[in-house]
Amino acid sequence: MTSTPLKGSDLTAGPLADGTATSVRPRRLPRRGRSAPYWFLVPAVLLFAAFTVVPIGYAVWLSLHKVQVKGIGLGKGARQQVWNGIGNYTAVFEDSEFGHSVLRAFGYGLIVIPTMLGLALVFALMLDTPQARSAKFARLAIFLPYAVPGIIAALMWGFLYLPTVSPFYYLLREFNLPQPDLFDGGNLYLSFANIAVWGGTGFNMIVIYTALRAIPQEIYEAAKIDGASDLKIALRIKIPIVLPSLVLTFFFSVIATLQVFTEPMALKPLTNGLSSSWSPLMAIYDAAFLRSDIYGASATAVVLALATFALSFTLLRISDRYTREDRA
Amino acid sequence: MSIHRHQFSRRSILAGAAAVGLTGTLAACGGSDDSGKSSGPVKLTYWSWAPNMEKVAAIWNKKNPDITVTVSKQAAGKDIVSKLITAKKAGNAPDLIQVEYQSLPTLVSNDVLADISKYAKSAKSEFAEGLWAMVTLGTDAVYAIPQDSGPLMFFYREDLFKQHNLTVPATWDDFAKTARAAKKALPNAYLTTFSSNDPGLFAGLAQQAGAKWWTVQSGGKWTVGIDDAATKKVTDFWGGLVQEGVIDNQPMYTPAWNNALNKGTNIAWVSAVWAPGVLVSSAPDTKGKWRMAPLPQWSAGESVTGSWGGSSTGVSTDTKHAEAAAKFATWLNTDPEALAALVKEVAIYPAATKGQSGSVLTTPEFFPNQTDFYDTAAKIAATTAASAWGPNVQVAYDTFSDAFGTATKAKKAAQFDTALATMQSATFTDMKKQGFKVTEA
Repeated sequence: MTSTPLKGSDLTAGPLADGTATSVRPRRLPRRGRSAPYWFLVPAVLLFAAFTVVPIGYAVWLSLHKVQVKGIGLGKGARQQVWNGIGNYTAVFEDSEFGHSVLRAFGYGLIVIPTMLGLALVFALMLDTPQARSAKFARLAIFLPYAVPGIIAALMWGFLYLPTVSPFYYLLREFNLPQPDLFDGGNLYLSFANIAVWGGTGFNMIVIYTALRAIPQEIYEAAKIDGASDLKIALRIKIPIVLPSLVLTFFFSVIATLQVFTEPMALKPLTNGLSSSWSPLMAIYDAAFLRSDIYGASATAVVLALATFALSFTLLRISDRYTREDRA
Repeated sequence: MSIHRHQFSRRSILAGAAAVGLTGTLAACGGSDDSGKSSGPVKLTYWSWAPNMEKVAAIWNKKNPDITVTVSKQAAGKDIVSKLITAKKAGNAPDLIQVEYQSLPTLVSNDVLADISKYAKSAKSEFAEGLWAMVTLGTDAVYAIPQDSGPLMFFYREDLFKQHNLTVPATWDDFAKTARAAKKALPNAYLTTFSSNDPGLFAGLAQQAGAKWWTVQSGGKWTVGIDDAATKKVTDFWGGLVQEGVIDNQPMYTPAWNNALNKGTNIAWVSAVWAPGVLVSSAPDTKGKWRMAPLPQWSAGESVTGSWGGSSTGVSTDTKHAEAAAKFATWLNTDPEALAALVKEVAIYPAATKGQSGSVLTTPEFFPNQTDFYDTAAKIAATTAASAWGPNVQVAYDTFSDAFGTATKAKKAAQFDTALATMQSATFTDMKKQGFKVTEA
C-alpha cells in the first residue's frame, strides 16, 4: 500500500481532480505495524462482502438459471432449478416491455433533470446574492420537501391529482377552467416529474449553494471593480466555479431517474393508466415479487445495474474532459 | 401504494382470515409417524396476516400445553406467496401458513404445502363441497383447511334506489337496465365501477358464469381457458357498459372511490360478504343506507355466485410436526369455540358450514336495516360455483391489471376483448416456458 499525501488544494478535489498530485514514497513502517491497516479494513471488507458482493454474486448466479417443471408440476420434485446460460438475458433484450420501461424512465428524466437542476441553480444563485432577504427561511423552506419521505410525498400528491378529492380541481371547476387528467398518457410524466422536482430541488440547491459559499469574496470584489454586474458575476464567475457540483448533482439525478420507483408505485393504485412495468425497477419488482420469477428478475436487475454503471462512467469521462478543458 | 395496500389488506383480512386451518403432514415422512414425539411441548410458527389471530391461537395454547402456536404477522396474501417460496428454498418455511385459495396450486407446485390428508380427511364434512374441492385441487390429497370464504353479492344504496325508482337487478340484463336508469336519474353518478385493480372480483364473476380457467386433464396436462366462452360473456358485458358510459371506470380502493361511495356517486357495489367492513371506513356517512341482495344471475331463476377472497390454513413441507400442525389447523377452522373467536376477534366469515349459521354472526353494525344479513349470506354462500385455480395465478392476475387497466381507461369494449386474449396468452406462455405440460382450451 502506498499512501498519497494530499496537498491542501487537493483536499477539495473529488473524482474530477485533475491528478496533479505527485505520489511520494511513504516512509517504511516498523514491521509490527505493517498489518495494522488490514485489521482496520476487516470490518468494512466483511460487511461489504456480506451485504454487497455475496448478494450480487447470488443474483448473477440466479440470473443464469431457471426453473424446469415436469408434467403438471404438482408434488415433490416436480420443479427443478436448472442451468439456463444466457437465456434469461436474451429474454430481457427480447422483452419489448422492458425496453419501453427504460425509454419511459429516460423520458421522465428529460423532464425532471433539467427542471430540477435549473431551479436548484437559480435558487442557489438567488440566495447567494447580497440582496437576498430572509435567506435562511427561504433556504429552509426550499429544502424542507426533501425531508418528506418519498412515499409520503407521492401519496400526498396522488390525493391532489385525483379530481374528486383535490382542492385544485375544485378551484378549476369553480372557475370553469379545463380539468386535465393527470393520470393520462403524457401527463403521467409531468405528474411524476412534479413530485420529483418538488422533493429533489432542495437537496440539489443546498449542494450548489454550499459550493457557492466556498468561493472567496475577493473574486467578487475584483469583478465589481472591473465593472461586472451581479448577473455577469453569476454567469461568468459563479456558474463556472460551481460546475463540478452541478456535474455531481447531474449524476445523482441520472441514476435516480433510472431507478425511479416510489412515485409510480405509489400512484399506480390510483389509476388504470399505469402498467406494473412502467419503470425498469417496477418491472423487476413485478417479476420477482408478484410473478415469482426470481431468475428473470435477477437477469433484468443485472442488466439495469450494468447499464447504470456504463452510463455513469461514460458521463463521468465526458464531463471530466469537459471540466479539464474548462480549467486549462 | 400504501392506500391500496391498506384497503387491500383490510379486505384480504376480512376475506381471508381463515388461515390457521389444517396441519400438514411432512411430505417427506408421509407414511411414518409424526416426528414430534420428543420431550417438551411442540412449538409451531404460524404465518398469518389476519389481525388478532394471536388471540385465537392463545385459546388453543391454553387448552393444549403440549402444542404451542406462535403467530407471526405477515403482509397481505398477495405478498406472502413470494416470501413463502423463498423461505422454502432456504429450508425454513413456517409450520403453518395462511393461504388464499387462488395461491394454493402455486404453493403446492413449489412444494411449500404438505399433503395432510392423513390427518385431516375427516374435516371434509364440515365444509361445502365447492370449498373443499379448492383445498384438494381435485386430487386425493388435502393441502389446506378452508378458513373463510367470500361469496359474491350485490350491495346497493337502498335509499337512493327507492328515491329514483330503481329496481334491484335479479339478472345481469336487469343490471344493465338499472345502470342505464341510474345514469338517467342521477347524471353525475354511476351504478358502480369496473375496476382493473382487483383481479379477484373479475375472477369471481367469471366463476359465476361457469368459467374454468385452469383444469387438469386425466392424462396429466393442464388446460388454460381464461378466454373461454363464460369469461368472454362477462368481459363483453362489462366492456359494453363501460363503453356506453353507464358504468364508471375508476379503480377501487382509492380516495376518489371512497368519496364516490360516501357521496352517493357510486350507488351500488358488486362485492363479497365482507363488504360491510370496507364500507364502514370507505363510506362512513352512509350507515344504514345500504342493503345486500344476491348477485344478479345470467338466466332468470338460477342461483349461482362466485367468490372473491377467502383463505385457508396449510401446513408446510418444512415442518417437523405435521400431525400437531394439522391438528391445530383442523381445530382452528372447525371447532365451535375457535370459529366463534375467529368471527369475533378476526371478523371473518367462516368457511365451515356450522360457522355460518351460529348466533356468533350478528347483524353487521353498518347494516342495522338488514337484520337477516347473515341468514341471506349463508343461503347465497351455499350456491358458490366451484373455482379452478392453476399454478401461475399471479401471472394471470398481474396481466389482468395491466391489460384491463388500459381497456377501462380507453372505455372501448373491443379493447376489453383484447385484454382478455392477452391474459390468456400471457398465462399460457408462462406455463409453457416453465415446462408445464399445458394446452390452450
